[in-house]
Amino acid sequence: MNSDPRIKETKDVELFRNDAQCVGEAFRRGATRREVINRLIAAGMSVAAAGTVASFAETAHAQTARRGGRIKVALSQTSTADTLDPARGLNPTDQSRHFMFYNGLTVLDETLSPQLALAEEITPSDRATMWHVKLRRDVRFHDGSPLTSADVVYSLRRHKDPAVGSGARSLAEPIQEITATGAHELRIRLSEPNADLPALLGLTGFLIVKDGTTDFRTANGTGPYKCAEFRPGVRSIAVRNNEYFKPSKPHLDEIELFGIADEPARVNALLSGDVHMINNVNPRSAQRIISTPNVSLFETKGGAYIDLVIRLDRAPGSNPDFVLAVKHMFNREQIRRAVYRNYAVIGNDQPIDPTNRFFDPTLPQRPYDPERARFHLQRSGFANQTFPIVVSPAAGNSEEMAQLLQQTALQIGCNFNLQRVPADGYWSNHWMKHPIGFGGTNGKPTADIQFSILFKSGAPYNESGWANERFDRLLVQARSETDDAKRREMYAEMQRLVHEGSGCCIPVFASNLDAHVRQLKGLVPIPTGGMMGYNFAENIWLDQ
Amino acid sequence: MSMVVVRLVLSRIAIAILTLGFVSVAVFVGTEILPGDVAEAILGQGATPEAVAGLRAALHLDQPAHIRYFLWLGGLLSGDPGRSLVNNLPVAELIASRLPNSLMLAAVTAVVCVPIALTLGILSAVWRGSLFDRAANFLTTSIVAVPEFLIATLAVIVFAVRLRWFPALSYAAGIISLDQFFRLFALPVFTLSCVLTAWMMRMTRAAMIDTLRSSYVEMAVLKGARPMRVVLTHALPNTIGPIANAVALSLSYLLGGAIIVEIVFNYPGLARLLVDAVSTRDMPLVQACVMIFCSAYLYLLMLADIAGILSNPRLRHR
Repeated sequence: MNSDPRIKETKDVELFRNDAQCVGEAFRRGATRREVINRLIAAGMSVAAAGTVASFAETAHAQTARRGGRIKVALSQTSTADTLDPARGLNPTDQSRHFMFYNGLTVLDETLSPQLALAEEITPSDRATMWHVKLRRDVRFHDGSPLTSADVVYSLRRHKDPAVGSGARSLAEPIQEITATGAHELRIRLSEPNADLPALLGLTGFLIVKDGTTDFRTANGTGPYKCAEFRPGVRSIAVRNNEYFKPSKPHLDEIELFGIADEPARVNALLSGDVHMINNVNPRSAQRIISTPNVSLFETKGGAYIDLVIRLDRAPGSNPDFVLAVKHMFNREQIRRAVYRNYAVIGNDQPIDPTNRFFDPTLPQRPYDPERARFHLQRSGFANQTFPIVVSPAAGNSEEMAQLLQQTALQIGCNFNLQRVPADGYWSNHWMKHPIGFGGTNGKPTADIQFSILFKSGAPYNESGWANERFDRLLVQARSETDDAKRREMYAEMQRLVHEGSGCCIPVFASNLDAHVRQLKGLVPIPTGGMMGYNFAENIWLDQ
Repeated sequence: MSMVVVRLVLSRIAIAILTLGFVSVAVFVGTEILPGDVAEAILGQGATPEAVAGLRAALHLDQPAHIRYFLWLGGLLSGDPGRSLVNNLPVAELIASRLPNSLMLAAVTAVVCVPIALTLGILSAVWRGSLFDRAANFLTTSIVAVPEFLIATLAVIVFAVRLRWFPALSYAAGIISLDQFFRLFALPVFTLSCVLTAWMMRMTRAAMIDTLRSSYVEMAVLKGARPMRVVLTHALPNTIGPIANAVALSLSYLLGGAIIVEIVFNYPGLARLLVDAVSTRDMPLVQACVMIFCSAYLYLLMLADIAGILSNPRLRHR
């Protein structure tokens, strides 16, 4: 009967459907089209057929978005400091809110490549020192006024004013001059070449507000939702913007966003059906969520880490052998398993994580090696001494990691003494101020930003006080290099320099864990943070 | 009688003003001593020294501390508690959005707790040493010993997550139906009642036992008054003073100390506002919250004292 062509056809369609289903799954997990096609080809499919399946799944994935519905989202941070000013948004709650009400010139996609948003065109000249931006002409603010270059100029210039208190001030430092060259055109001049400017403009800090806005009690942006209510420390309500410039978006009618600081309370609110989505799920609660029907865990791998910082400008970190000893004391596998319940990726004492396109997989992994640690410790002359390590709940899991380190250290003749300090005021009063303490960062959108902010000699957040001339030179070169292959080489060398020299021990990259009701669809991981790099609002939809 | 009350009220008001002045200085000095300031809190990890200096100047934080204190005090005396440093909203507006919530939670809890606590307390005093007394004591002592956050979390897991009788969160804006109101307040009020009832009940019991041991109660018993009459007309009026004090303390706790309940049930009350204000070093807001807590505390204690005087037969008939 196999010769019957109809049966064969049915089988093929069946197969085709299964493939499409699993490919759709891959898209949801954040695979790019190219990756999916490669996967299919590797699985033995012809290039042409693979293309068909991939587009079939892509449209199926996109088409199923349903319009309408209201959801409640509870995020981990909230206080009276909640703000609608994009320049001041520091935490996921604020940033999620800003992505509801505002747009940037660009927006970062799953691979952290900038896609055009308010800008219609961004072209560099002068080796990426001068940038010409053309704005879309069909964009309106929520008050009905059209978007013009004056709004963009105002929004970008604000960061220079100290009274604004912008958190993106240091990122905006290289922007020398912003000039409107027409109603919808402008020019940005940088102090030095930077090929990453379009990615930078996709960060929440650089979202565009209306020209002259100083009162942020409500939001007048161009974003997918309008602000119907905003009360700092209580909640905000976002309602659909029917004149949104992206066709068919947003999908939802309303999003109520508020904070629940207490993690168990947040998880309980999701499990009891009071909210539809939460962020910042502790890996210890993951099992509880997985085992509950109707809710799903959403993992975003990225470049966020909590690291042990050994200051290199004072004892004992000024001795390179001591630093190497500590770096070999980290049982990364154990930290990943016991502290992060496997929701983490092993780190290699350098800040570029595997989701970054410039990650260098050829850099040898530093192993857990107590014998080597003992050797370096002996050579440093600090054997059998006691050193304090400052830990705090502000640097999540720092205490657990320090305890594991303490146990290893004891075996090889080094005493660590844990000093617990409160989370309140940790980043301004303790971070980088002790010989050995904990620091950390959330994922940064580009390798350049990561290195410039946290590792360049003399950078304000150079955690360990590391200085390396070769690294600084490479950083500037890589920034202006437009040839990706050459850039990759430079970034690889920089990763090696940090891995060898800096005082930052990065044991693992922690995943962001969010959770949501199963009917909530459309989430794909974007590595700058959880919930699609906090840009979930215009992408998600409710399947009812 | 009225002279006693008037004198008491006047002297209390004078003392209250002094106390508030002292507390405001203490709070101001306290927030100054705390490491970090509002500029650093706003900038977070972006707090480079020059950015902090710029923002400090913009917020007038670069003025000397005593000048800032007197500027704030001057504003308060002219009826303006100032603006929040972190979000630039008027402090009065922030308080106005939270105070009714706190008052509502306190009122509902008091309505539930006070009658239960007083009844239990009086009954166990009357039947002291009985099985009822011992059971009530054992139960209340055990409940008092359980931390609030545990009661709250267990209540949520059982009644919200498993049974789904009540919502896990207790905030609803706008007008709600009576049924909704009951469902929203059920868990937070239950949590708060667990602690408060036990505490008030034990205070009532102690005060009642004290009075029941006095000679005039013995006299009443010897006269042949029925137990009900002994307790209600002879003993109770004399215990209203201490009981009112216990109730007043509980109520002032409800107003500002319900922080755990506010956090677990995401209820926007004053306690969370104060915690937010302290963590962002928002001095005008901290001061305003503390002034409210302190005045409420003094006011409730004054009411308790007046109630004590009015109910005390000896003072009443003077």
